[in-house]
Amino acid sequence: MERGHYKIFLGMAAGVGKTYRMLQEGNAEADAGRDVVIGYLEPHRREETSAQARGLEVVPRRRVAYRDVEVEEMDQPAVLRRAPELALIDELAHANPPGLEHGKRYEDIADVLAAGIDVFSTVNVQHLESLNDQVTELTGVRVRETVPDSVLSDADEVVLIDLTPEALVARLRAGKIYPGENIQAALDNFFKIENLAALREVSLRQVAEDVESKRLVQSEAEPLGTREERVASSVPKAVGERLLALVRPQPSAQRLVRRAWRSAQRLGTDLDLLWVKKPGQPIEGEVERQVTALRQLASVLGATLLIEEHDDLVAAAARVVRERGSTYIMVGESLPPRGFARLREPLPQRLMRAAPPGVDVRIVAHRGEGEGS
Amino acid sequence: MIEFSLVRGAVPAEHFLVALALVLGLAGGYLLARRRWTKGGPAEAEAVHQILLPFTGTEISRRALDAALRLARAEDAVLMPAYLASVPKQLPLDCAIPAEAAKAMPLLEAIEQRATAQGVAVDSRIERGRTYRHALRRLLGREQFDRVVVPARTAGGAGLAGDDLVWLLERAPAEVLILRPGPEDTRFVTANGSGPG
Repeated sequence: MERGHYKIFLGMAAGVGKTYRMLQEGNAEADAGRDVVIGYLEPHRREETSAQARGLEVVPRRRVAYRDVEVEEMDQPAVLRRAPELALIDELAHANPPGLEHGKRYEDIADVLAAGIDVFSTVNVQHLESLNDQVTELTGVRVRETVPDSVLSDADEVVLIDLTPEALVARLRAGKIYPGENIQAALDNFFKIENLAALREVSLRQVAEDVESKRLVQSEAEPLGTREERVASSVPKAVGERLLALVRPQPSAQRLVRRAWRSAQRLGTDLDLLWVKKPGQPIEGEVERQVTALRQLASVLGATLLIEEHDDLVAAAARVVRERGSTYIMVGESLPPRGFARLREPLPQRLMRAAPPGVDVRIVAHRGEGEGS
Repeated sequence: MIEFSLVRGAVPAEHFLVALALVLGLAGGYLLARRRWTKGGPAEAEAVHQILLPFTGTEISRRALDAALRLARAEDAVLMPAYLASVPKQLPLDCAIPAEAAKAMPLLEAIEQRATAQGVAVDSRIERGRTYRHALRRLLGREQFDRVVVPARTAGGAGLAGDDLVWLLERAPAEVLILRPGPEDTRFVTANGSGPG
């Protein structure tokens, strides 16, 4: 049996209109003559959402005993028995109480899809496993109900329900998301503009990545005709950037690391920091203090600090570049050479020669006196 | 004959020049070594000349920064601006905090720019903790300071709270300067440069 078509409505937070849009599209399908049912709906006492559900057949929920209370859950076997063409199943990240067919609703949905039934469902971005830590850091709120990212990547369509943070807050203030007594608490906690702006950015990135990965998979499955087209199609896969910053344990390294990290962020890539230590050089005193500071900064930024013992900086850096697959090397500006050092080739040129072809070398300028505003 | 006498006469002069060069070289080497030893010797290394400027949020009182810079310049000290980041309890304390780092970076850049313009050396930090006070405690445990310059909380909510300042006064092993924002003190240094005022 052919798997059903899976469409997910993704949002940055509660109240952006995921469920509303799912119902709207369900209604449109029903109007077009398809057999549509609501498998599970969580209207959250929102008037507009409830209005959209009117007229659509609802598969009754089942009551399940859980910790001395009865809760209402989706009746997955009933949905399968009913066998509609399309089932609308809200909140795919929901965790089921023990004793049901599956622990998670997205697993229930997998069965429904396997039965050849199309499914529309909804989820908020913070439920995605890979983004859970990031969202917790952004908002201070840890979401316990998570779903594997594969749920999103396996969907046939992902529709981002986008709303500006200001519009969402306006909806909240107007009582369209939570009842009056909960509005202020929501505004003071999760629904801060900066939280919502960050979540919106995460959602937009997630959908962009999903679109790109699906495009790549599709182009692999359907090889293009000419050689030029095949080369062009492989370009996005070849662009796997990795940044390496050469540092020394001294205060100026902090700025170089910050610059390198911002570049890494823009490229969406990982950052390695490398200090090439002279053989036998002890790590003590001021050097130890600065190495500790570099370790701390690397940990804060999610970068990796590598310490290599070698008497040739260029040879050591070139080896690390090859091992780590770095595509950029960032170095700080050297002080003007003195004495015999004037005769030696500058570090960036030596790095260019020693590193594999195609590796760029960037110099971060020293912040000189009088540069400030 | 003449040639011979000239060569014979040059021998003592050559010896003298070589001896002089040797003496001058040794004296120069001794002076250089002494200067280096005095500069980087153990007595100097133990003296810490650091001024801590802890801050939170996305702006810092211009008054506090200027005061810290004035002190650092007068005492030839290194200024250590430190962004304090609170890590939610649900995350490991030592986890990466890119969102907080992204907030800290432009502000640290702006502070460094002002410091460099005034000839003050800077050694920046980003410190994590469960609370701002916890971050401060970790930083004080790791580094040594002569002074701590800290802006009190403004009406806008930037800066450390009153009880954190009391804690700092009681616990910091350094001189603590708390700068109370004056009613006219509305100037801030932000990621985009100076704020209003």
